Amino acid sequence: MRLQATRRRRQAWFRRVVVGVVGLFFALPLVAMVEFTTRAPGGGRSLDTWTTLFDLSAVDRDYPELKTGLIASAGLAVLTVVIMLVLLVPTMTWVRLRLPGMRRTIEFICLLPLTIPAIVLVVGLAPVYAWVTYFLGESSIWLCFAYVVLVLPYAYRALDAGLSAIDVKTLAEAARSLGASWFTVMWKVILPNIRTAVLLAAFLSVALVLGEFTIASLLNRDNLQVAINLLGKRNASISIAVSFAALLIAFLVLFAMSFVGNGRRLRRVRRSKES
Amino acid sequence: MAELTAPGTTVAPGRPTSRRPTGALLGVLPFFGYTAIFLLTPTLVVVIGAFLGDGNRPSLGNVTALTQPQVVSAFVNSVVLSAVTAVLGAVFGALLSYAVATGRPGGTLRRVMTALCGVLAQFGGVTLAFAFVATVGMQGFVTIWLQKIGVDLAGSTWLFEPTRGLVLVYTYFQIPLMLIVFLPAVEGLRPQWREAAETLGGSTWDYWRHVAGPILAPSFIGALLLLFTNAFSAYATAAALVSQGSPIIPLQIGGALSSEVLLGQENVGKAMALGMVVIVAVVMTLYAVLERRTTRWLGR
Repeated sequence: MRLQATRRRRQAWFRRVVVGVVGLFFALPLVAMVEFTTRAPGGGRSLDTWTTLFDLSAVDRDYPELKTGLIASAGLAVLTVVIMLVLLVPTMTWVRLRLPGMRRTIEFICLLPLTIPAIVLVVGLAPVYAWVTYFLGESSIWLCFAYVVLVLPYAYRALDAGLSAIDVKTLAEAARSLGASWFTVMWKVILPNIRTAVLLAAFLSVALVLGEFTIASLLNRDNLQVAINLLGKRNASISIAVSFAALLIAFLVLFAMSFVGNGRRLRRVRRSKES
Repeated sequence: MAELTAPGTTVAPGRPTSRRPTGALLGVLPFFGYTAIFLLTPTLVVVIGAFLGDGNRPSLGNVTALTQPQVVSAFVNSVVLSAVTAVLGAVFGALLSYAVATGRPGGTLRRVMTALCGVLAQFGGVTLAFAFVATVGMQGFVTIWLQKIGVDLAGSTWLFEPTRGLVLVYTYFQIPLMLIVFLPAVEGLRPQWREAAETLGGSTWDYWRHVAGPILAPSFIGALLLLFTNAFSAYATAAALVSQGSPIIPLQIGGALSSEVLLGQENVGKAMALGMVVIVAVVMTLYAVLERRTTRWLGR
């Protein structure tokens, strides 16, 4: 018992020191961003940068690229998630039901983008996007096709974990024997059972899309990150303020997500009870 | 989802076990079609383009162009930068993971840390570049503070050099990534193992040397490799920070792609991209082998 108490005390000290030091390193640039954006021209503090940022009409007038980028990124996030889900969920379910031999192939393809950096992918995507522009036009929204490829590995892993936790085969056969169509099986049986996994895959995809810069920048499209980068050349304060706001919002979303994640732990417990 | 109903009609509801492979294959057609266009085609464009010269004739010219001094130095810079930041990130990230793992599971510390690390590791890019401009840039918070005690950072290109400033910025997103990748492995250590070691009279050192160390080693090296590829493929941060020259290979590729000054340089960009893929593929293969071992031991 004494041994454990000593160890626990030592661990507590270790934790405080390490979290303190690394936390300081993490916090310094964030504090610097706040400090930088609250500087007044003649020295002293002012909130001018932030009031401009929250004044939507001023942003629209002075920084139109920011508005365009934000709208483009929001649209891209939605469209990428939709295409990703429509492409992956039916395919992965179908493979589990009817083509189990193909699981390795699908997994390999989905994880392939991990070995192909975005900067390499964009080199090969340039000619593909020449065709996309020819058929669909030059709008930034079509970047969603490339973004689906970028999110494949993360979405695949999340969905695969979700599908592994349920008995897809029995559920589908039960529904089919009761006369359900394949669409009903997907929409009313499989999807509700893997909703935590779907949510996780969607959040990972949204985070990735909102943070994407490489492909959008090199294909000369607009998104949030491209806009922030452009602003940086003109007005450092405002671009740092937008960067800070983006980081803060992303943090709050992920922090909220950590409470949703509890559902996963519950399911794991349930699964271990079954086996 | 309409494609799923079509093959389904070939199977009567009463005989779910009957196999019609050709019909079943239709169900995966959209997936293969999509990945063929947006994943396979770009990959082939890079691989084939790397070996095409003027007038689309096969040539090794692009590959030999990789021996140009600035390309070689960019590759060297990239590998060194990635290796150094991977080691720094892995060591500090592992310490942080262990510190966080000793805390209460589901506690505030863990929630805040994992959320913060998720943001810093994955959301980074341009925003982190600006964070460091605000910190150690010309007018940065720390720069001004250091000037007061007589250290001058402003006026030098300190922040933009791959061996100095970029190491700092890259480490800033490598440590969080390490936490995300390594925390599950540390959490996989059962308290019973420690208790067993203590019951048998083992010291803390014995426990780390003979139990925890060997169990965590494959995950640690695997995470290290992942960190290497992460830094090696990163483009956004460097692109937002470095305004002159292309000291690392992703910037060289970006330059070759966006400038049309030199005709024929386009395919040199593809050769550089192929070089990157080869390096990443080697590292990722090692990672996959290690991951298989980790899974075996930690039962994940």
